[in-house]
Amino acid sequence: MSKTDSTFSWTVYEADKLTQREIYGIVLKDLGAQYPEIVGLSADLAKSTKIGTFGDAYPDRFFNFGIAEQNMFGVAAGLAQAGLIPFVSTFSAFASMRACEFVRTDICYQNLNVKVIATHGGISFGSAGTTHHATEDYAIVRAFPHLTVIVPADAIETAQAVKKCMEIEGPVYIRIGRGFEPAVYTSEEYDFEVGKAIEMRPGTDLTIIATGATVYHAVQAADILKAESGISARVLNMHTLKPLDEEAVVKALTETRRLITVEDHNVINGLGSAVADVIAASGKGCAFTKLGLPDTFSPHGYPEDLMHRFHIDTDGIVDKVRELLNREFEEDEDWEDEV
Amino acid sequence: MPLTEQEFQKLQQQAKAIRREIVDVTGWSGGAHVGGALSMVDILTLLYWKYMRLDPAQPEWEDRDRFVLSKGHGGVGHAVVLAQRGYFNREALRKFNETDSMLGMHLDYHKVPGCETSTGSMGHGLSQAVGMALGARVLKKDWRVYCVIGDGESDEGSIWEAAMSAAHYKLDNLIVFQDRNRMMIDGLTEEVMSLEPLADKWRAFGLETREVDGHDLVQLSQAIEYALQFRGKPTLILCNTIKGKGVDFMENKPDWHYGGLSSELVEKAKRSIGE
Ligand SMILES: Cc1ncc(C[n+]2csc(CCOP(=O)(O)OP(=O)(O)O)c2C)c(N)n1
Repeated sequence: MSKTDSTFSWTVYEADKLTQREIYGIVLKDLGAQYPEIVGLSADLAKSTKIGTFGDAYPDRFFNFGIAEQNMFGVAAGLAQAGLIPFVSTFSAFASMRACEFVRTDICYQNLNVKVIATHGGISFGSAGTTHHATEDYAIVRAFPHLTVIVPADAIETAQAVKKCMEIEGPVYIRIGRGFEPAVYTSEEYDFEVGKAIEMRPGTDLTIIATGATVYHAVQAADILKAESGISARVLNMHTLKPLDEEAVVKALTETRRLITVEDHNVINGLGSAVADVIAASGKGCAFTKLGLPDTFSPHGYPEDLMHRFHIDTDGIVDKVRELLNREFEEDEDWEDEV
Repeated sequence: MPLTEQEFQKLQQQAKAIRREIVDVTGWSGGAHVGGALSMVDILTLLYWKYMRLDPAQPEWEDRDRFVLSKGHGGVGHAVVLAQRGYFNREALRKFNETDSMLGMHLDYHKVPGCETSTGSMGHGLSQAVGMALGARVLKKDWRVYCVIGDGESDEGSIWEAAMSAAHYKLDNLIVFQDRNRMMIDGLTEEVMSLEPLADKWRAFGLETREVDGHDLVQLSQAIEYALQFRGKPTLILCNTIKGKGVDFMENKPDWHYGGLSSELVEKAKRSIGE
C-alpha cells in the first residue's frame, strides 16, 4: 500500500485492485452455488475481506455479526454442529488472537467443519501498525490439534486453497495477505495438494523454504543467485504449514544440506520452527537459518519497506543465502550411507 | 465552568481548524479513517482546549487527566488534535502513514507524545481507561479519565465487560463518550448489528447516561459539567454525531469510513468546512 499519487481519489468500497481477497470472494461465491450448506460470516469486514461477494449472491446464507469476533466464531461452531459449512472471514489478527479460544475450543477441539479465511496476515496491513499486524498467528493456530493451516502464495493459490479446503472434513485456517502481493502463478494449471510442498525451482546448493507472500521473493532471489553467481537454489513453496510436508524437508536436507526458511511472521514457532523440528528429528547435520521477524513487534510502515527491514524480501534472502553458503557445519560421518 | 460566549467562538474556530487539517492529512497520506475522525472532533476540542488538566510540554506529568481513544482508527483526528494543542510539531502530520514516521494509522504509545495507550483493535481502550481510573483511586490521585468509544466498536462484548466493571467499582472519575454516528464499515449500525435501545442499555449497565448532540459545543459542555460533579457512577455521554461531519460530500456516507482525497477534493472539503 504505497502512497497514492494526489490525483487519485478512492474510498474503501472502490479498492478493487485487492486481488487475493477478491479472488477468494469470487471462488466462494461459485462454491456457494455448488454447496448449499456453505454459509458466510463476517464481523463488519464483509467489504474489506471480500466475503461480501458471497453475501451479495446469497444474502440468506450470509451473516454479519458486527464488530464481535468472539461471538462470530462461537456461532460458526454452532452452525457447523447444525450441519452447515461456515466460512468465517476477518483480519488474521482478530481470527487468531481476538477470537483465539473460540477457534481453539469451540471449533478445533470439537473438530468442526469451519473454514477460517484470515486476511491481512503478517505485516501486509503496513501503515495500520502493530494492532493490525498478525506476526504470531502461525505459532498460535499451528498448536491447535485437528486444524489444517494453509498460507497461499498469491491470488491463484488462494483460489486453489479455498476449493481444496472443501475436501477436508474439519477446521481449516487459510491465511492470506491484503491483496497487493505480487503474483507467483499465472494459471491454476499446477498441482496443488494440501500438505504437499511445491518445488518452484530445482536446486542442489541449498534450499529456500518459503510460505505465503515470501514465496515470490524466494523465487526472485533464486533467479538472481543463479544469474549472478551460478548458485543453484532450490525453492519450496510450503503452502501448507500443517500438516507439514516433512518428506520434502528431509529430501531437501539430504540433497542440499543447507536450508533457509522465510516467513512473514515472528521467527518463533512459525514455518522455521516447524522445519527445524523435522531437521532435529532427522539427526542430520546441516546449515540452517530462519528469516522472519526477530521476536519483535512490527512498527507501521509500507509493507514493502517492512519486508525489506526484516530481510524477508528478495534482497534479504539473497544476502542470507550467501552467508549460509559460507557457514561451516559438521558433516556426519555416515552421511553417504544414509543417503 | 460553563462555556462562555467567547470560549464558544474560539472553540468553534478550533474545531474547524482541526477538521481542515484532518482533510489535509487525508490528502497527504494517501488515505485515512476520515469519516470517524471528523465525527469526534467537537468532543476532543472541548476536552483538549477546555476540560482536561494537561501540559503539552510534559506529556507524562503524573497528575494529568488521561484521554483514551478506544476507537483507535480515529488516530488521524487525535494526531491533529495533539499537534494543534502543541504536543509535537505539526510537520509530523505530513508524514502520516509513512515508514519510520511518528504517526501511523493507529497512534503508537511508544512514539506519539500525549498518546496514553496504543489502540486500534476495537474494544480494548475502555478497559484500559477503567484501569487508569481505578489506578487513580488506589494512588489517591484526582486525575480524571476520558474515553471515546465508537458505536460499531460497542458490538464488542469487551466494551460491556468494561462498562460493568466501571459501574461496579463506582468509577465517577471516568467519563465515556460514545461517538454515535450510526455507521461502521459495512454500513449502518442498525442494519449490520442493531444496538438500540442504546441509552437504556448503558443505564441498565449502571452508567449515568446523558444524550446530546455531539456537535453542539454547548450541549456537550453541559453534559461534561454534569459528569464532573456527579458522584458514585461513571458517566456515559451518548453523542449523536454525523460521520464525516463538516464535509458535505462525506456526511453520512459510510464509504468515507476510510478513503483518499485528490488535491482537488481536499480543497473542496476544506471549502465545505469553512474558515
Ligand atoms: C477487533 C477489531 N475488529 C475489526 C476491526 C476493523 N475495524 C476498524 S474500524 C471498524 C469500524 C468501526 O466502527 P465504529 O466503532 O462505529 O467507528 P466510526 O464509525 O466512528 O469510525 C472496524 C470494523 C478492528 N479495528 N478491531
